[in-house]
Amino acid sequence: MGKKVLLIEDEPNIIEAISFILKRDGWTVATHAEGTTALEAILRHAPDVVILDVMLPGRSGYDILQDLRGADDGQNLPVLMLTARGQTKDREMAERLGASRFMTKPFSNKEVLAAIHELVQA
Amino acid sequence: MLSFNTLIAVCLAYVVALFLIAFAADRRARQGKFGWLRSPLVYTLSLSIYCTAWTFYGAVGYAARSGLEFLTIYLGPTLVMVGWWWILRKLVRIGRSQRITSIADLISSRYGKSNLLGVIVTLMAVIGTTPYIALQLQSVTLSFAVFAGRSGGWAASDLNATALWVAAGLALFTVLFGTRNLDANERHYGVVTAIAVEAVMKLFALLAVGVFVVWGVADGAGDILARIDASPIAGWELKPGRWVSLIFLSAVAFLTLPRMFQVMVVENADERHLSTASWAFPLYLMLMSLFVVPIAVVGLDLMPAGSNPDLFVLTVPLSQGREGLAMLSFLGGFSSATSMVIVAAIALSTMVSNHIVMPIWLSVARQGATVSGDVRQVVLTARRVSIAGILALGYAYYRVSGGGAALAAIGLISFVGVAQFLPALLGGIFWRGATRAGAAVGLITGFGLWAYTLFLPSFEGSFILSAELLTQGPFGIGWLRPQALFGVSGMDPLVHALFWSLTLNTIAFCSVSLASFPRPQERLQGAQFVNVFDHNPNAQGWVSGMAEAEDLLVMAQRILGPEQAQGLFSREAARQGKAGYLPDTSPDFLQRLERELAGSVGAATGHAMIGQIVGGASVSVGDLMAVADETAQMMEYSSQLEAKSAELERTARQLRVVNEKLTDLSVQKDAFLSQISHELRTPMTSIRAFSEIMREGGMTAEERAKYALIIHDETIRLTRLLDDLLDLSVLESGQVEMNMQTADLQDIIERSVTSAGGDGCLTIHRDPAREQVALLTDPDRLSQVFINLIANACKYCDAEQPELRIRVRRNGGNVEVDFVDNGTGIPAKSQPLIFEKFSRLGDQRAAGGAGLGLAISREIMANLGGSVIYLPGQGGAAFRVTLAVNGASSTKSKP
Repeated sequence: MGKKVLLIEDEPNIIEAISFILKRDGWTVATHAEGTTALEAILRHAPDVVILDVMLPGRSGYDILQDLRGADDGQNLPVLMLTARGQTKDREMAERLGASRFMTKPFSNKEVLAAIHELVQA
Repeated sequence: MLSFNTLIAVCLAYVVALFLIAFAADRRARQGKFGWLRSPLVYTLSLSIYCTAWTFYGAVGYAARSGLEFLTIYLGPTLVMVGWWWILRKLVRIGRSQRITSIADLISSRYGKSNLLGVIVTLMAVIGTTPYIALQLQSVTLSFAVFAGRSGGWAASDLNATALWVAAGLALFTVLFGTRNLDANERHYGVVTAIAVEAVMKLFALLAVGVFVVWGVADGAGDILARIDASPIAGWELKPGRWVSLIFLSAVAFLTLPRMFQVMVVENADERHLSTASWAFPLYLMLMSLFVVPIAVVGLDLMPAGSNPDLFVLTVPLSQGREGLAMLSFLGGFSSATSMVIVAAIALSTMVSNHIVMPIWLSVARQGATVSGDVRQVVLTARRVSIAGILALGYAYYRVSGGGAALAAIGLISFVGVAQFLPALLGGIFWRGATRAGAAVGLITGFGLWAYTLFLPSFEGSFILSAELLTQGPFGIGWLRPQALFGVSGMDPLVHALFWSLTLNTIAFCSVSLASFPRPQERLQGAQFVNVFDHNPNAQGWVSGMAEAEDLLVMAQRILGPEQAQGLFSREAARQGKAGYLPDTSPDFLQRLERELAGSVGAATGHAMIGQIVGGASVSVGDLMAVADETAQMMEYSSQLEAKSAELERTARQLRVVNEKLTDLSVQKDAFLSQISHELRTPMTSIRAFSEIMREGGMTAEERAKYALIIHDETIRLTRLLDDLLDLSVLESGQVEMNMQTADLQDIIERSVTSAGGDGCLTIHRDPAREQVALLTDPDRLSQVFINLIANACKYCDAEQPELRIRVRRNGGNVEVDFVDNGTGIPAKSQPLIFEKFSRLGDQRAAGGAGLGLAISREIMANLGGSVIYLPGQGGAAFRVTLAVNGASSTKSKP
């Protein structure tokens, strides 16, 4: 049983793609497609790493990250942020809020995998 | 036989008598015993200086030459007195309220105290009056000659010397009584009284000669009438043009002659005297003209052919041996001449000294001039010298003209000259729009034309204008001939000159006035003159107790500030020994307060403000004008500032609005780009991820097929998004052409339901009977809207058994198509947003659209001239599409 990745993303095809890549690489993948309950999902799944989309229905990825970093046990959980809004200010926002990595869509599969490896080892 | 020496003696005695009368009258006036000095009778008689020697002697000569035409000279003034008395009343009122000293002063004062106008009018008056004075000298000299010729011992060559003596004597009399003192009102009771006596004298003399002629020479009235019928006068024909012109001319001259202005306006002691004069003076004129024709007729009968008819008044009694009557007649003529010369000299000398000498003297001796005693002396000297100068001019003219022209001709020339004042005078007192520039240009134009067409030609080629120029025109230009200007020939020279000079004068005056702007002082004076009856000048000065201390305090606080003003008032109250803070308004205190105010707002304004509260009495026009001058510039400056700041504010407001709009647009643009980026990147993410997966291989055939399908679907999604964006962009810009055609609503709905695949995902309820409406619309575009609405219902209706009801309803010229589903509908807070771009709600991602559908629908309906709105409260989600049946309200459609 590999380490666990929680993918929080609402676009079904992207969920399908990322899940496929990670599973093939030996990861255990959990998915969650909604913003408001995302924090509970993180607590419930207790993943080794989280992939977090910004534009989520109900609650934005930034808000979820902020709450996560404010929680007692959420400080050190590696988070890879993915967003389709590729502007500089989005990257800055993510880094300020404590994202471990930030990637814009569309991404290269290899880079996502490399980032996940890096984050879990670190 | 009456000796010449006796004549001289009687003449001197008469003059001495006049001196005594004038002296006595002056003395009474100085003692304040006015009594009959201010009677309307004296005023009326003083007006008789209109009847000069020209009228006394000349009228008979005029009648002998030109028949009844002489009457025009009397009809003009009669017309003025009877019909135009309101003009006179206004002139008199203005003259009194503005302390006018002459006609030049009136015109100058009206047009903003313009010295230029004063000088122009003065010069014109001097030039216009000089021939007239010469005429008086001539008549006196001629009448002397009549006696001298009969008594012998007096050569005709002495004529010139006689004229000189007469001129000198008149100058002496005028200086003595016209410049005795400097009265503020320029009234000369002595002179006026003497003139009234002379008026009686000339009327009495003429009536006496007339009575003698009718009942002494002829056999009473019947005989005279018969003689008139037999004389050439009976054959006289009235020339309407000349007749009307002469009446008009003498009426105008009556108003504008400087000497008439002097007695009528300046010497007027009481405005009510005008009402007496308005009937008494025409009566006087009627009596003066009563025996003119009989004397002329009898004279023509009695006297040898070739004798001068201008002297019939003298020669007829003499030929009958009535020496005493001739003497009386002589004194009558003498009275006429002297009274005219004296008043004219006074009037002109006032003008010359006030408008020419004093301004020059003041500018030369500026230091120390101010208002000391020696100014009085300078003014009096200037007047005396002017009087001597004016009589010298008259004498010079008499010598130059050689006494050639008939008396009446000279008189009329003079009349036309002074008539040029009329437009500026009447315009000045009735038209506020009249300006200084207009008056100056009009006066110069009229006077120039008078000189060119009448005055200079009267010398018959001996003075300035040559005889050749008179007949050929200057440089041989025919239409510039002085007596046939602009090719108007065959006209009587006098009528010709009167017509051109006064017409062009008036035109110049009016047009330049309209084209130029008056200065503040002109405005103020103009208002004072034109509205003279609106003002009720209160002759009292300000006195103590007339002002409320409280009013003064309120005003003072406004200017000095509350603390300082209250301090000033309570100090004053304490000084007066009064309790409280309000002092008595003693003249002393008023003066102190005025000084305080002057320190803040300037002397003129301070004075005017106190004056206003105390009763306005001591605010003179000069004060007001000074205030106006002080404030006019400030007002102009502040109104400029105000205009500027208003403009700035307006600009700032506009900029703010534009800036807000730009900021909004910028925010919208950012949000839009961000949205588009997201919408584009999302499908591209799937495409890239799966294409990489597939390239790496190693998956099942089933997986490969599934992923290929995803790539395919996402590509379609991308394409659709781009199509929508382009469509929206075209629709929003309004540059899309709607393909309007007649279509059946039912067909369109049918097609839309099929295209949306509607029946597959939800049950659709329709009412086909109501759908049969013929529409003028773009069926494809309308169908696009319907498809979008049906597809939305299909995607978002969350009912277990989704249903969609399509209702059609006619509403006047419109048809409404409602799409109502049975889901939970759209939350109220989201309803305002759904038509915005990318406003896809919540988590209903399954839709697969980019969130542009409703935005596009709204734009399409706007282009079709209809609308699509959300209908709240229908249970499920409900949209209403409204459109005109005939497409009429569509502004973007093409028929």
